[in-house]
Amino acid sequence: MSAAGVSERLVKVGGESVRVWEKGKGEPLGYLAGLGGLLEWTPFLDKLAERRRVVVPSLPGFPGGGQLHRQLDTLADWVICTLDLLEAAGLDGKDLVGHSIGGTLAAEAAAFSRASVKSLVLMAPFGLYDENDPPGDPFNRRANEVAALFSSKPAEFAKARLTPPAGLSADDATEWTIVQIRAIEAASRLLWPLGELGLSKRLHRITCPVKLVWGAEDRIIPASYAKLFAQRLPSATDLQIVAGAGHALDFDAPEAAAKV
Amino acid sequence: MKLLWFHLMPYTDLPDDFTKKHASVWVDIDSRLFDASKAHAMYNDFMDELEFAAEIGFDGVCVNEHHQNAYGLMPSPNIIAASLARRTRDAAIVVMGNSLALYNPPTRVAEEFAMLDVISGGRLVAGFPVGTPMDTVFCYGQNPSQLREKYLEAHDLVMKAWTEPDVFAWNGRFNKLRYVNTWPKPLQKPHPPVWIPGGGSIETWRWCAEMDYVYAYLSYFGYKLGQATMDGFWAEMDRLGKDRNPFRAGFLQFVGVAETRKEALEMYREPAEYFFNRCLHVDARWANPAGYSSEATIRARVASQVVAAATKASDSVAYGPPSFEEIVDKGYVIIGSPDEVAEQLREVAVNMNVGQLMMLLQYGNMNKELAFHNTELFAKRVAPQLKSLFEDKWEDRWWPKPLAREDRSVPRQVVVR
Repeated sequence: MSAAGVSERLVKVGGESVRVWEKGKGEPLGYLAGLGGLLEWTPFLDKLAERRRVVVPSLPGFPGGGQLHRQLDTLADWVICTLDLLEAAGLDGKDLVGHSIGGTLAAEAAAFSRASVKSLVLMAPFGLYDENDPPGDPFNRRANEVAALFSSKPAEFAKARLTPPAGLSADDATEWTIVQIRAIEAASRLLWPLGELGLSKRLHRITCPVKLVWGAEDRIIPASYAKLFAQRLPSATDLQIVAGAGHALDFDAPEAAAKV
Repeated sequence: MKLLWFHLMPYTDLPDDFTKKHASVWVDIDSRLFDASKAHAMYNDFMDELEFAAEIGFDGVCVNEHHQNAYGLMPSPNIIAASLARRTRDAAIVVMGNSLALYNPPTRVAEEFAMLDVISGGRLVAGFPVGTPMDTVFCYGQNPSQLREKYLEAHDLVMKAWTEPDVFAWNGRFNKLRYVNTWPKPLQKPHPPVWIPGGGSIETWRWCAEMDYVYAYLSYFGYKLGQATMDGFWAEMDRLGKDRNPFRAGFLQFVGVAETRKEALEMYREPAEYFFNRCLHVDARWANPAGYSSEATIRARVASQVVAAATKASDSVAYGPPSFEEIVDKGYVIIGSPDEVAEQLREVAVNMNVGQLMMLLQYGNMNKELAFHNTELFAKRVAPQLKSLFEDKWEDRWWPKPLAREDRSVPRQVVVR
């Protein structure tokens, strides 16, 4: 990890070593990344780290997260693993930001175990289902359409997130690709076939303060879902729609997304 | 060697502008293109063709399973196989097969295959494909990350259901059953021969070797591209210390036979172009969901044939669809006089060391007359030149062992008054 001021440590979760990144000072703020996970530290995390000590554990199957996802068969398996991960990273009972699938797991963790989460920021989480507007499908793959599905800046997104860094050997490029594919596999293991996971039955259990952030141009989980969450979350105090941002709002609008 | 007759059951009436106006033949194909009264005739023609192939002496007839697919009208091959069990006498009935992870519980497969085996007097070959991503992940909502584990568990459950005489409980990862007691049990003991249709996955090769099953490479792209995969398969068998018995391996090949090569080129142009253009018009988005291929397979850079098809499909947008000349030159379809076809197929079988050769003699929009013609020429003038291959040296341990012919029931003639 080359980004300035970022420390990396490994913690044990389910017998596997899992990467935890950390930067900044003050009260810890946990962050669970979205689809694809984090291959490198990002400007969005830098923004968060200006005000807080940002702690970023990797979800199972995501970059740095080992391959524990292959043991996770049910939602309960995933939630317990997330709670283990938060504890191992020193985030038990702390403020938590979750993006996309990371937001889903943050919300589930709070619903299953109220004491484990002090407050929540949910950025475009999966979990609810609107039959008039089903989620977009990030798991079918036509390479030239992936970037536009995720981001309102597809060319830049493709270069930064979907293309192996220049100068890798053929074998290293294969491994880079495998890490990416593994992260998508891990997400599909929980989310496919994109139906409702039952979260609507548990949202009433989330009593900590919740803020919702959504990209106005989200093509995977349309911004209309923000209202569905807000209606079902009695403790949602704030709903911010970020103009010009897609599902990858951390990439498309790092400053605006980090303000919440 | 064994010569088998394989039907995909393609919908034969896709419009001429299909590839221009529609994104995919599979998964999200426009259902308004489906005309049930036309399909009535298609199904009945196709079943006539399968029955004719069995009657004229093919060793076996093969059917397979696809979903939401206009080149495969058999979501349930078992329904066709049930009819074949009654309407054929001697041919093996090769169901290639039932995608185990799609059946809930998978003991349904144990039951239906057992019924087919018993009704046919022990002529069933049980095929267990993992299934394509289109069929399993996208049409049937299976989790790509769990599909293979679920498949393997279902296989173990079916095998135990077939061979365990006592009622047992199953506490699997994906299936929990308190009382398993499959009734009927298969006629063949301990169970019907098992063939595994697969792409080029290393895990599948190893598993077939370990379980002593037939590996059948069902490629649509002929022997020239298939050679590398079969070489990989045999290299793996060598590495695992397995013999090179050619009956361990199956291969699928399109063929068009006529009196002369010139005549064959004229006759089979349209159905071949229909298949390789319209029927293989598969949207690349369905080709390879993350988790479907193992990381070992990706590392070995063994592209699945589905990816190949999708690449071809996108190529065909960029460069225009493959011409008939390309289809023939690249060996997707073997075309010629009976002697020419026999010579080429002998080469294919020997070079790939394949003893279970599955012929596609109806493809695309080929009509019944031409399918019968192709089948008859093959059976009478090609097959006799190939039959003895491998038989002197190797035993086919993966062929059905039916009841003696005289012990098998003969369906009574139906008299329509």
